[in-house]
Amino acid sequence: MMPISQPSPSRDPLLTVENLVVEYAVGGKTIHAVSDVNLQVARGETLGLVGESGCGKSTLGRAVLQLRRAVSGRVLFDGQDLTAMQGDTLRQMRRRVQLIFQDPIASLNPRRRIGDIIAEPLVISGIKDPRQREQLVRDVLGAVGLDAALVVGRLPHEFSGGQCQRICIARALVLNPEFIICDEPVSALDVSIRAQILNLLEEMKARYGLTLLFIAHDLAVVKAVSDRVAVMYLGRLCEVGPSEQLFAHPAHPYTALLIEAIPVPDPDVRPAESVAVGEPPSPMSPPSGCRFRTRCPKADRRCGDEVPELRAVAPNQFVACHHPLIATA
Amino acid sequence: MTEPALLSVEGVSVDLPTPRGNLRAVDQIDLRVGAGRTLGIVGESGCGKTMLSRAILQLLPKKAKLSGRVMFDGQDLVGLDPERLRKLRGRSLAVVFQDPMTSLNPVLTIGTQLIETLQEHLELDGNAAKRRSVELLAAVGIPAPEQRLMQYPHQLSGGMRQRVAIAIALSCEPKLLIADEPTTALDVTIQAQILDLLAREQRRRHMAMILITHDLGVVAGRTDEVAVMYAGRVVERAPTPALFKKMRMPYTEALLAAIPKIDAAPHTPLPAISGRPPDPTRPIQGCSFSPRCRYAAGQCHREKPSLAAAESLDHQYACFHPIEVAAGATA
Repeated sequence: MMPISQPSPSRDPLLTVENLVVEYAVGGKTIHAVSDVNLQVARGETLGLVGESGCGKSTLGRAVLQLRRAVSGRVLFDGQDLTAMQGDTLRQMRRRVQLIFQDPIASLNPRRRIGDIIAEPLVISGIKDPRQREQLVRDVLGAVGLDAALVVGRLPHEFSGGQCQRICIARALVLNPEFIICDEPVSALDVSIRAQILNLLEEMKARYGLTLLFIAHDLAVVKAVSDRVAVMYLGRLCEVGPSEQLFAHPAHPYTALLIEAIPVPDPDVRPAESVAVGEPPSPMSPPSGCRFRTRCPKADRRCGDEVPELRAVAPNQFVACHHPLIATA
Repeated sequence: MTEPALLSVEGVSVDLPTPRGNLRAVDQIDLRVGAGRTLGIVGESGCGKTMLSRAILQLLPKKAKLSGRVMFDGQDLVGLDPERLRKLRGRSLAVVFQDPMTSLNPVLTIGTQLIETLQEHLELDGNAAKRRSVELLAAVGIPAPEQRLMQYPHQLSGGMRQRVAIAIALSCEPKLLIADEPTTALDVTIQAQILDLLAREQRRRHMAMILITHDLGVVAGRTDEVAVMYAGRVVERAPTPALFKKMRMPYTEALLAAIPKIDAAPHTPLPAISGRPPDPTRPIQGCSFSPRCRYAAGQCHREKPSLAAAESLDHQYACFHPIEVAAGATA
């Protein structure tokens, strides 16, 4: 069993996260938000990142964009280290990486018209010709399924949550980026609208040739759009693997627990009684060894003493667990 | 349906005046919940499910106009004098809201809020109320309950706060608990714990429950009966197993189909419902789902279908073109 530090297909990675550590100082204490995370996202791939609130998945997304600077580690985008960049060089790179947030209404300035909101990235990136900007805004609104003529002059409050998320997606796409970080893009939406937005993201990915990092707490949603899934718990990765493999044969007890907790819309499937034990401990004082051990049915002494490394259990499937649910390869 | 129901909602409508005209949030709803039974109410944001629960609790905004009857335990809650209502709410009629942070008082300790409820409704003395509070917190799965009594809501996680809200709701052994999206703000693992907790306490106390949610997955294994709401009306209503075995209303089917399936391959396009719910200030002539419905035909755009039973008395739906084939349950 070989510990592997780069758990993903090495073919043409667009994004590589190496030994990333992000910490926050709060009232003299340190929150260990992201601890020694390694990830790769291949060009054209969608990597799903799942975990409960507070597991550090949003912080990881922000650290990729350098909206939150890492304590240590590197973020390589298309071979260039973003953590070493400052000012203008960083701004140039950010044009190629965009972010979509959870709350579509809160992420639009309520006092600005939709046309201006979407044109803003164009203004910042130096496209001076207003007619060219208008044309680009019209094109991208059409692409996300909105009628530009009816939309550009209106204010965000005139739109529903689903429409606002379409507007946010249009704003993210207008600079023709290569990589989009979607941070819980559908958690605030109703089931029916959620399906529309997930389908739209898939269409846009194909149309614009995008690579996606899709962050969410809902495993079913993540599986619907992701090629591979990374499971995060209290700042560390538990498991990384191809979506179908991970769902059919979860190797980490935490992955299994997350899958079991998904409500199944079938009355014949009785919900498993109390699949989850307790709640995640505070990221201010994470447990020693394996961070999941305080909720894990399989935990023993070794789990408290030794931090489990990510190891291969199947082709492209990696788990950080001393007692994986499937035999190691 | 001849046995007397614990709660019987009869022809209830709620109208709200808005600057854009009258908004009919709840439109002619009839529902019954028997003692110890669970009714699931499912629908999207704005379908009127929360307004309906507020109409039952008599907690509507001041400007709202309520018509119809809400019979609870033998008396009509509509027009009941405020003092008697207050005695009833919290005591035999309890509620848990979506966001525990807004239902708990941020400047009072957990203990004060629990003990206050117990003293008010059960007339327990201080010590007895405190003992009872500790028991209740332990029953809803809160570790170290004695210490928690001295804590404030902000010192607890979202899941723990919702447990406290449930402990307060259960404190006076209510006959009916209304849980309005109790797990929507929580993580999946915590959602499963809270739903288990509600089911366990319900069985133990033989309490009736109305579980309001937008997720058909949540009601599937945990309710006796389901009512699906759309644009202020109940559009389909059936015992839970019957509903999932044979959905008749196209909206119910579409809602179920839109949920991502864990056994589907990645990148499978989801059958989304096109468009969005109608503007409630501009009522639609005909079936309110018709603009989004793939089965809609001429009659659907002219006439409003009424909620009626077909082959079995307890399975009702409001549709001119109900789905004929068995759908849903195998998904």
